[in-house]
Amino acid sequence: MSIKSIDPRITREKLPEENDITPLKEIHHWQTYEVFHQAKTGDHHIHVGSLHAPNSEMALILAKEQYARRYSCINLWVVKTSDICRTTNDEEEIFGTTPDKIYREAGGYKVMDRINKFKQK
Amino acid sequence: MYGGGYIFEDPKNTESATEDSVKLRNFEERIAAGEKIEPSDWMPAEYRKQLIRMIEQHAHSEIIGALPEGTWITRAPGFRRKLALMAKVQDEVGHAQLLYSAAETLGKPRENMINDLITGKSKYSNVFNYPAVTWADTAVIAWLIDAGAIINQVANSKGSYGPYCRALERICVEESFHLKYGHDNVVFLATGTPKQRQMVQEALNRWWPPIMHFFGPSDRISVHTETLMRWKVKMASNDDMRQKFLDMYVPKIWELKLTIPDPKLSKNKETGLWDYTEPDWDEFKRVINGDGPCNKERLAVRRRAEEKGEWVRKALMKPDERYTVPLS
Ligand SMILES: [Fe+2]
Ligand SMILES: [Fe+2]
Repeated sequence: MSIKSIDPRITREKLPEENDITPLKEIHHWQTYEVFHQAKTGDHHIHVGSLHAPNSEMALILAKEQYARRYSCINLWVVKTSDICRTTNDEEEIFGTTPDKIYREAGGYKVMDRINKFKQK
Repeated sequence: MYGGGYIFEDPKNTESATEDSVKLRNFEERIAAGEKIEPSDWMPAEYRKQLIRMIEQHAHSEIIGALPEGTWITRAPGFRRKLALMAKVQDEVGHAQLLYSAAETLGKPRENMINDLITGKSKYSNVFNYPAVTWADTAVIAWLIDAGAIINQVANSKGSYGPYCRALERICVEESFHLKYGHDNVVFLATGTPKQRQMVQEALNRWWPPIMHFFGPSDRISVHTETLMRWKVKMASNDDMRQKFLDMYVPKIWELKLTIPDPKLSKNKETGLWDYTEPDWDEFKRVINGDGPCNKERLAVRRRAEEKGEWVRKALMKPDERYTVPLS
C-alpha cells in the first residue's frame, strides 16, 4: 500500500507506508563545524552555534544560510569542531585566583591618600 | 514553531541513589541560583535523558511541522505570499537544525535522532498529524500554532540548559515574524469576501481541537513533573500555558467576528481562568501513537527526503572523518 495524500504530488510519489530504509550511521550527516559571526566592522566575531558539513567550503555556505539569513552580518568563520582546543569545566579552578590579582589592575593603585598626607606635612 | 505538549517519561527514579549526592546538591543549587548548565558540566543521568528526549521532540516537531505548510508553497496565492511562506518554512527547518545541535551536545548523534524519527520511535508535536486542507489552514497554523509555540519556547528559553536556551533565543526572534505573517493572512481572509471568511472559519473549526491539544494533557492526568520543574527542564505547567494562550488569542479571534467551536469557552469572572470543554485526550493519545490522519504520510515524506539526499551526502563524505560532538 502506498500513501494517499490530499496533496497529489505526494500521492504520485507512491511512498511506501512502512519504513524501508537502512538506518543512518554516525557521520552519514557529516562532520560538525562551529560558526563565528561578525555583525559589523569593529565587532569581535562571536560564536553563534554549530552545523554539519562535509568540508569547510560547504560549511561556509550552510553557515550563511543557517546563521546569516536575517540582520547584519559582514563576515563568517567556520572551524571544524575537532580542531578546537578548550579547557574543561572541571579545571575551572585554574582561573580561581585571577580576580584576586589586584596588582594587574589600574584600580589596584591608590596613591591619592599618600599624596594628600605628603602635602599636609 | 513548535514544541509543546512534550511527552516526558515518568521520572520516578530521579532521586536515584546512584547519583553522587554532593554533586547533585551542587547541581541543584546552581540551577536554583539561575545559573546555566553547560555541556561539559556534571549533570544527573536523568536530567540528560529527559533533556535529550525533549529537545529531540522539539527538533522533530520543527522538521515535520514544515510539511503541512510546505505543501502549500507551490499553490500560495500570489508571489509575495509564496516568498513569505518559503521564508517561514526555511526558518522551521533551520530551527530543527539548531535544536538537533543542542541535543547533540548531550551526547546523542544527529543520525540516531533521525533514525528514531523515521522509524516512529520518537514523538513530535501531535498537531502536525493533521492536514492543511486549504490555504486558510496554513494561515491558522502560522498564526495560532506558532503563537502556542512562542508561549512554550519563551518559557523554555529561561530553562537551565545553556545550549537549548541559546537556540531558543534565536528561534523566538524568528517566530515573531511567523506570528505576524500568520495573523496578516488570517486578517486578510477574515476581512475579505464571504467566501474567504467562510474558508478561514472552517480552517479554525478544524484546527481548534489540535490547538487545545497543543500544550499537552491536563496537569491532572499528565506524568509528575516536579523534579523536571525544579531542574528547569519543564518551565510551566501544560494548563498554565493553555490558559495564557487563551488569554492572549481568544480576544483576537473574537475581534475578527470569527467563532470558536466550543460553546463552553468563556472567561470565568471568579477564577479569572478560561472555562472550556475538556479536550478529547483519548484522541490525543490515539493520534500520538500513530493513528492520526497524516502520521504515516509525514514519516513517509521524511524518509523519502532522507533517501533522496543520500547520494549527495555520500558523494561529499570523507570516509576517514570521525564525528565530533558540537561544542555548544
Ligand atoms: Fe514558527
Ligand atoms: Fe519554529
